[in-house]
Amino acid sequence: MTNIPAIAITGLRRSYGSQVVLNGIDLQVPEGIIFSLLGPNGAGKTTMVQILSTLIRADAGEVRVCGHDVLRDPDRVRAAIGVTGQFSAVDSFLTGEENLRLMADLHRLGRAEGRRRTADLLERFGLGEAAGKPAVMYSGGMRRRLDLAMGLIGNPRVVFLDEPTTGLDPRSRRDMWQIVRDLAARGVTILLTTQHLEEADQLADRIALLDRGGLVAEGTPAELKRLVPGGHVELRFADGRALTTAAAILDVAPEPADESLVLRVPGDGGVRSLKVLLDRLDAAAVQVDGLTVQTPDLDDVFFAVTGQAASAAAPAIASASGKVTAR
Amino acid sequence: MTTMTLAVRDSATMLRRQLRHTSRNLSTMLSLLAVPIIILLLFVYVLGGTLGVGLGGGSGGRGVYVNYVTPGILLITIAGAVQATAIAVAMDMTEGIIARFRTMAIARMSVLTGHVLGSVLQTLFQLAVVLAVAVLVGFRPDATAIEWLAAAGVLAATTLALVWLAVAMGLVAKTVAGASNLPMPLLLLPLFGSGFVPTDTLPVGLRWFADYQPFTPIMETLRGLLLGTPIGNSVVLALGWCAVIALVGYVWAKRLYNRDRTR
Repeated sequence: MTNIPAIAITGLRRSYGSQVVLNGIDLQVPEGIIFSLLGPNGAGKTTMVQILSTLIRADAGEVRVCGHDVLRDPDRVRAAIGVTGQFSAVDSFLTGEENLRLMADLHRLGRAEGRRRTADLLERFGLGEAAGKPAVMYSGGMRRRLDLAMGLIGNPRVVFLDEPTTGLDPRSRRDMWQIVRDLAARGVTILLTTQHLEEADQLADRIALLDRGGLVAEGTPAELKRLVPGGHVELRFADGRALTTAAAILDVAPEPADESLVLRVPGDGGVRSLKVLLDRLDAAAVQVDGLTVQTPDLDDVFFAVTGQAASAAAPAIASASGKVTAR
Repeated sequence: MTTMTLAVRDSATMLRRQLRHTSRNLSTMLSLLAVPIIILLLFVYVLGGTLGVGLGGGSGGRGVYVNYVTPGILLITIAGAVQATAIAVAMDMTEGIIARFRTMAIARMSVLTGHVLGSVLQTLFQLAVVLAVAVLVGFRPDATAIEWLAAAGVLAATTLALVWLAVAMGLVAKTVAGASNLPMPLLLLPLFGSGFVPTDTLPVGLRWFADYQPFTPIMETLRGLLLGTPIGNSVVLALGWCAVIALVGYVWAKRLYNRDRTR
């Protein structure tokens, strides 16, 4: 471990034509952590990864990976990184094993060492049985695992994972999460982009929220959650009358123009306070149809700092994290 | 290791990748062989009798014509092969693995040199097969070993030059279909040259084009080496054209590959 940050970005700008994609990013990622870049589609996540991995150039700013400048010393950067893109970067005509051997050869590992690492990665990523099949026959999850394995064969110090679970089924996603955790446990720095708040929450030591080309918040998941006020309880009623009565008893204003018959009551959702809440309604003979406890999640954070729900931009984020539903 | 040996090593790795691709795509290889062979058979058995008479072959016209047309067929073989190269490069560029190569500390051009070396080897093999078929249908070269070697060299130089040009075409094309269309004119050049009939039988404008286009001196050189016809300055022109085409193709391809891809 050194004191040089794995990634250091200052004043990074990039535009495509007149469209500004990254608008002055400053960011430091210390060595050995999982850092998540979180944001909706079009926030600039992929562009950032492309600049960090020397695929495209920045218009302005300084970008260093493991202390090497991406413009002046691209090959040093390339030697230190492994990349897994949003679209799997495998050779479809080659088998899984041949893909890995190709990477080993390009890292000039030597025959024995290349064979050893190939076997090791095939085993670690559950690709042993499929090793002899062309990648074109792989499932989405297998392709993604092969893709990641290919990025790791040179023992990179920093790994970029650009939306590594996009398009994967829930089980493959969990497998991928475990792989990422194992990788981090080996001391590799990981920059993970995702539009899934749950994913960032599950994996990341630190999270940066990216919105329309700018960083809007950065911190640990806990720090970010502290940015939003506490949780609340959502009560659902059968009719408007019950809603109005309950609102009066609990002294909360129902949201205007809300026709969903839901009342949001601030509260931490603990068992005791829930009981008190329900007792008060019961005493007034108000029927509660359903109840949801909402603890603040990153979705709320996103809403709080950007003024727009992340889920509005990317429906896939409306995950169940932090929600307990009772009927 | 020096930069040069690293480049050679990476190119060898990429060549292995191309050879694997070829071995998994034998149907392409077969169709690439079928086209020049069918044209050869068509021109020898359907048109050859009559065309041979025009060449002064008399009743043995067909045999005379096989000898005349074979160099042209060889260039059609090369043109067809490099069209496949352009398609392969264009398809490869749509694959994510190319982006991965760009993020690796490897000799940057090695992806392309892999394509070039793979295509050259594949094309030389196809040329050998087409030549064998030509001999089967009556091609009777009188070349010495040295002349054969020289002819092989001219074919290899032509292939290398056109392959680099095709790689650039594959890179510049926006789509795979575009990559297949761009090298099309190459397939016609043997026809609008001395490939199928002597250029002095052509009308004036066409004759002028035929005499000065690159394929004609190449075909005349091959004819001279294999059949003993006069070569004159054809060999200089042929190699000059090859050098120019190779250089243009290489520089163009390099520029295209290194441009900032902002799509």
